[in-house]
Amino acid sequence: MPKHSFLLNGERVTVDVDDDVRLLWVLRDVLGVTGPKYGCGINVCKACTSHVNGRAFNPCSVKVSALDRDDEITTIEGLPGTAPGPGLHPMQEAWIDRDVAQCGYCQPGQVMAAVALVRQVRREGRSITDADLDGIRNICRCGTYARIREAVRQGEAAM
Amino acid sequence: MSETAARAARPRTEADPGRRRFLGYLLAAPTLAAAADLSLGTATAPPALALPSGPQPAEVYDLNDMLTDATRPTANLITVVVHEDGTASFELPRSENGQGIMTSSAMLVAEELDLPVSKVRVTLADARPELLFNQLTGGSNTTISTFTPIRVAAAIAKQELLAAAAIVLSAEVESLEADAGVITAPGGASVGYGQLARRAAATSTRRVDVTLTDRADFKVIGTPHNRTDARKAVTGRKEFTLDLQVKGARPTMVCRAPTLNGTPVRVRNKKKVLAMPGITHVAKVSTGVAVRGKTFGQVIRAVRALDVEWKDGPVAGQSDADVLAELRAAELPLAVPALPAGAKTVDADFTFWFRSNSALEPNCAIADVRTDRAEIWAGLKSPITAHEEIATRLGMTPDQVTVHVVQGGGSFGRKLFFDAALEAAEISQKMRKPVKLMWHRTDDSRVGRTHPMATSRIRATYAGSEVLSFEQRHTSVVTDNSHGLGELITAMSAKLPVGEIGFAQTIFALTQEVPYHYGLVDQQLDETDSRFNTGSMRNIYSPDTCTARELVTDQLAEAMGQDAFAFRREHAKDDRARAVLATVAEVGGWGRRMPAGTAQGIALHKEYKGLNACLVEIDCRPATVDRPVRDGVTGPRVTKVVMAVDVGLAVNPRGLEAQMQGGIMDGIALALTSSLHLRDGHFLEGSWDNYFYTRQWNVPPEVEVVVMPDTTGEPGGAGEFGVASTFAAVACAYRRATGRTPTEFPINHRDPLAFKPKPTVPPIPQSPTNGLRRY
Ligand code: FES
Ligand code: FES
Repeated sequence: MPKHSFLLNGERVTVDVDDDVRLLWVLRDVLGVTGPKYGCGINVCKACTSHVNGRAFNPCSVKVSALDRDDEITTIEGLPGTAPGPGLHPMQEAWIDRDVAQCGYCQPGQVMAAVALVRQVRREGRSITDADLDGIRNICRCGTYARIREAVRQGEAAM
Repeated sequence: MSETAARAARPRTEADPGRRRFLGYLLAAPTLAAAADLSLGTATAPPALALPSGPQPAEVYDLNDMLTDATRPTANLITVVVHEDGTASFELPRSENGQGIMTSSAMLVAEELDLPVSKVRVTLADARPELLFNQLTGGSNTTISTFTPIRVAAAIAKQELLAAAAIVLSAEVESLEADAGVITAPGGASVGYGQLARRAAATSTRRVDVTLTDRADFKVIGTPHNRTDARKAVTGRKEFTLDLQVKGARPTMVCRAPTLNGTPVRVRNKKKVLAMPGITHVAKVSTGVAVRGKTFGQVIRAVRALDVEWKDGPVAGQSDADVLAELRAAELPLAVPALPAGAKTVDADFTFWFRSNSALEPNCAIADVRTDRAEIWAGLKSPITAHEEIATRLGMTPDQVTVHVVQGGGSFGRKLFFDAALEAAEISQKMRKPVKLMWHRTDDSRVGRTHPMATSRIRATYAGSEVLSFEQRHTSVVTDNSHGLGELITAMSAKLPVGEIGFAQTIFALTQEVPYHYGLVDQQLDETDSRFNTGSMRNIYSPDTCTARELVTDQLAEAMGQDAFAFRREHAKDDRARAVLATVAEVGGWGRRMPAGTAQGIALHKEYKGLNACLVEIDCRPATVDRPVRDGVTGPRVTKVVMAVDVGLAVNPRGLEAQMQGGIMDGIALALTSSLHLRDGHFLEGSWDNYFYTRQWNVPPEVEVVVMPDTTGEPGGAGEFGVASTFAAVACAYRRATGRTPTEFPINHRDPLAFKPKPTVPPIPQSPTNGLRRY
């Protein structure tokens, strides 16, 4: 079987799996990394949102063979490691402080999307607007959207 | 805002009736274990009211009374255990799906035990068949029914800790102070709960009695508290069913028929599919063809490759319009009341289309079925019924089956059923292997349970400024109650104030209440057609019946030349209703001038021992309605929501606010965007890009929830409570903004489809490969 190798949360991993298996299943079923959740499998619900080289992406819609050896994948489990100092990432702290989660199923994806959004607006030399918040595509079926909006802004300020 | 209100409210609480002594138990155990009977609760006091509108059944005795009373005769114990590490633990015989009941239960224990909430560990109990009706999570009833017993168990534990400390510290019990898990004697000597845990343990089980903390002295209850699992949820460490690693439980999915509830006849290419990479098993089961393999990715590919001959399901060839015609045929006639001279009539007729109660976590379960025993893991709100049915399906006795309740990724009524658990058990038995069953989102959306389609007709009559009569005939596709609630009603039927009527009519009568003086009030339910997979969805009837009623209320107010808020306040049946109405009117700035195409709406709802009012503002101007968004719908935008909620005593105001916020998002979706379209025997919506639940671009930029001061000293329900009044207020605002009374919900149901339906063969879509280019 073909071998695939990439960086996951700061460590090199190598897996033996068919080329076209989507990365979400490599993470969850092969590597046991279950932070990214399944909610649709078709790049719509954003529950699986993680980072590739610091930018948001949906591993349910990427073949494992599409990754390069040097691609750095960060899941929610690796997010604290991308922020300075010990403890959680400031966006996670904002989420806890704002008591956002209800069932929690969407929340790893929401936090990863929020961090990527802050990085993106910073690259554009600006800060988050209402339109940016409207543009967050992650579904929360528990309807935690109002607190997500507050937490993103609080996390942005702390990042 | 809300949180201060709740705190400020406490001193106003009436003289505490809770000083009476409650009976509980000390259990023989290695460390201190105190228990209370779950049947301890509040007595149902019949109100002595003389009302222009006579009390409806729900006013005297509602669904929550029934759910609470159903727990009484079963006499079973819930237990608080104090451990040597100074923590306390408690197994909650309920199901957590995001409502925050594990947090509020921990708060109840913390209050009586004088222990920080962080030192109270609440877990979910496995199915406990001996609890009979007392392990059903529904009707927003958890806090109502467990409020007293949890506190009694914790209070007994503290009483015993104090007694043990008195010996250790050589002091009088009365002189000791317990705080944050430490007991201190007057001289300053102290001992921690952990050190006392063994010493205070009972060697034989005995009855003890205890008084509860006076409500005026609550330190934890009524104070906002964050979720105890918040950290786990945002670090990815909260484990859902699909995250559990059960040995040998490999990814498994089911290939389903192209028509709803169609069944497999034969598999034409089993060998070929078995030879696909990663695939270990293919088996025909009652609901389709199951495939097991190494990764879900490989299983998805195999499900798509299956060539199956199907037998059509029971609604083959049918569409929305056929079901509507059936409902029309089943509608009960409205009576034509004898009207005094000069009286006028308002007639209204509304249609509510099918809606999906999918949670974000799809239906899923793990099953490990051996020849002589079975073990199941799933998010289950009626684990006892699930346990029984799984045992029956497997041909086993109940004691051969263990059912573990896992925290669910949302429920909204879906997890009252155990479709995936039953299916997983059948598959595991057939394959003789443990399975981790996941429904594809497309299965979950098309075959998963729906909120039944319904019509609601209303005839109201009025003369001058008096409403003389209000009739409502609700006609609905059958709501499946086979999850345990049906049995519960049968067992309770003798004492219900509604006479010999069916299950559904009983639930309807116990939940419906018109909160206004509308003269002669008569609400009836009729059901037809049981071919669909149905269930509740953050309530069963109320969001629809409330929306119909509130739209008619606006019409009545208008016909009498009155303001919608003033009319409601005048006709409201009680002060709690007037208080929530006045609060949203004030906080939301009712009556402010707004541009054409935008408007406010206001609505009131009463249920779950509580009341709430909702004020919304909506923008229906073309520039807003037509704003573009990828793979979604926009439409009118709700720009502001203010909700005032009176649940009686709010155990955790912060959690209550969260539940209302969630209910608000559901109400907006029901009014504006989310429905299922039945076409040619199946539902078209196959995922979240077809089924338009509220998304950030639909979310009101301003959402404010005001938690009202404690009005009753007893907690009410929360989980489903925010939906109805929001749905209604959005509908009323839409009517005022556009000048058109909406008659179908969601309002966009008959618009051209905003998506291209996914194929039904194969039944699930392959994942795209554009994830690195398109986010
Ligand atoms: S599971 Fe990846 S976007 Fe939905
Ligand atoms: S918290 Fe449940 S789906 Fe978002």
